[in-house]
Amino acid sequence: MYHEMVLVRRLEERSATLYQEGKIGGFLHLYIGQEAVGTGVIAVRQPQDRVITAYRDHGVALSCGISARAVMAELLGKATGTSKGKGGSMHLADVKRNFWGGHAIVGAHLPLAAGMALADKYRGSDAVTICFFGDGATNIGYFHESLNLSMIWHLPVLWVCENNLYGMGTSVERASAVSQIRQKAEGYGMPNERAEGMDVLQVRQAAERSLAAVRSDGPFLLELVTYRFRGHSMGDPERYRTTDEVRKWQENDPISIFRRHLAAGQQIGADELDAEEARVADEIEDAVRFAESSPAPEPQELFQDIYAEPVP
Amino acid sequence: MPILTMREAISQALWEEMERDERVIILGEEVGVWGGTYAVTKGFYDHFGPERVLDTPIAEGVIIGAANGAAMAGLHPVAELMTINFAFLAMDQIVNHSAKLRSMFGGQFNMPVVIRAVGGGGRQLGATHSQTPDAVFAHFPGLKVVAPGTPQDAKGLLKTAIRSEDPVLYIEHATLYQTKGEVAEGEVLEPIGVAKIQRPGRDVTIVTYSKMLQVSLQAAEQLAQQGIEAEIVDLRSLRPLDMKPALDSFRRTNRAVIVEEGWRSFGVGAEVSARLYEEAFDYADAPIQRVAQKEVPLPYNRELEQAALPQVGDILAAVHKVL
Repeated sequence: MYHEMVLVRRLEERSATLYQEGKIGGFLHLYIGQEAVGTGVIAVRQPQDRVITAYRDHGVALSCGISARAVMAELLGKATGTSKGKGGSMHLADVKRNFWGGHAIVGAHLPLAAGMALADKYRGSDAVTICFFGDGATNIGYFHESLNLSMIWHLPVLWVCENNLYGMGTSVERASAVSQIRQKAEGYGMPNERAEGMDVLQVRQAAERSLAAVRSDGPFLLELVTYRFRGHSMGDPERYRTTDEVRKWQENDPISIFRRHLAAGQQIGADELDAEEARVADEIEDAVRFAESSPAPEPQELFQDIYAEPVP
Repeated sequence: MPILTMREAISQALWEEMERDERVIILGEEVGVWGGTYAVTKGFYDHFGPERVLDTPIAEGVIIGAANGAAMAGLHPVAELMTINFAFLAMDQIVNHSAKLRSMFGGQFNMPVVIRAVGGGGRQLGATHSQTPDAVFAHFPGLKVVAPGTPQDAKGLLKTAIRSEDPVLYIEHATLYQTKGEVAEGEVLEPIGVAKIQRPGRDVTIVTYSKMLQVSLQAAEQLAQQGIEAEIVDLRSLRPLDMKPALDSFRRTNRAVIVEEGWRSFGVGAEVSARLYEEAFDYADAPIQRVAQKEVPLPYNRELEQAALPQVGDILAAVHKVL
């Protein structure tokens, strides 16, 4: 998990540079600060469990086992990217690894999660669909329609709210009638829990409990309180929060917290962790080299993949 | 050949495909216990059970969204929208998800979802329940849009749509359910994206589809009595749009009228006439005419509503204009 968290952090830092260099286009939403959430939750999923998330998806993609190479190549719009260069930062996916995307319309992937879970239930599979979304998504109709449907149809979905306290630049308090998102599950009679989202070990425990609850009793909402250290996207002037607030949260850096755990448990020495960091640095540079040297999509790709069947 | 109503043809198609393929499920408002608000799925709930015939809450976003998700996971869901007017509540799922997920993720998975939607005016349901917004949906690449005008096509196109690995919006006209027609025995499959000549003629080409096919056929009967033979091209699919029969016909008759129930501006007639001009400008002996709905929200009052909808008389007038 340490490797994974550092990998996410460094990939995001490198992406920010590449974005500033103009090599990554479109929008870029960094996961820095929220690494414990994706890492801790996906650590307990079974291979049959589907994962789907919103547009801040690089971390979750890596946690699902997609290589840094494929992620970086997609960010650079290359043919070797996860989505052949057609999706970009917000639309990573690898269905062979049961990662069903990065989705960029706020809240719109929640019904998709319900539908995938419906299919699994219909087939008698014990798979759970793990659906990540932000606090901002809980104010849109899709959230409520999907939670309701998952309860009445008893669908195996673990709803994971990554509450990073801001929907773009509007704080939870200003956008949501209740600032504890888990309370919204109460309205649907759905079991729920609000847990610490900066400590990966606590996240993993909470995810383990809630995933078990889904497998035995149906849908569950897990709210993980976290914080993004960078802006909403690369073009965010961050007028809505103070540097003091950001600094305070940065003292809670999920990677430092995990490092302290590992040191305290004496499971792993500081030099080993440093060596891990060095390996990650190499992995990232390899990914960038791979992405930069990868071919762009062929011009005829423009007309490929739109339909499964030939169109007259 | 057996004579079926549109309702029976649609119902048979659904029933046969559900019998044939366990991946086919139905979801929508009142599709189960009620038997469908237009009685299309009557008896399905008892026969196929609640696992395959799912009554949903009145929440169109999650109806289409869940159908999309089930399609991603490999089922072949048929989602029913009680009216196409409610599709606007699910517009994001149809436009941004059904139509785009496949290509946006580089073709990693298919979207074999069918959305059945009941459209059309003429039942005094007022402005928000009477629209024919077919052209809106046909605008989006990634989606297939079909709108049958005969029981044979209703059955054959729906069966093909359900078997398709692509998302299909299947538009039924609310006033056609009782319309009868011959339907071939045995397996009935009609191709998506292939237009069809529904009546041959040498004097003028009428391009139309769905309910307006039936109205155009009535107009053609009257024209025949006047010695005018209209050739009627039924588009059947709006996307993909097969222009070949219309172009071939236009090159023979040199005159064309396009009849649609939706509004004229930015509509099906605009698209079809543009394509006729682009491909066969030199064949035109008269400016192409469009018959369409008056540019107003449909009123409740019966006479006002009928005045806004295209009628046989409007088609006759347009034909006489091009002759």
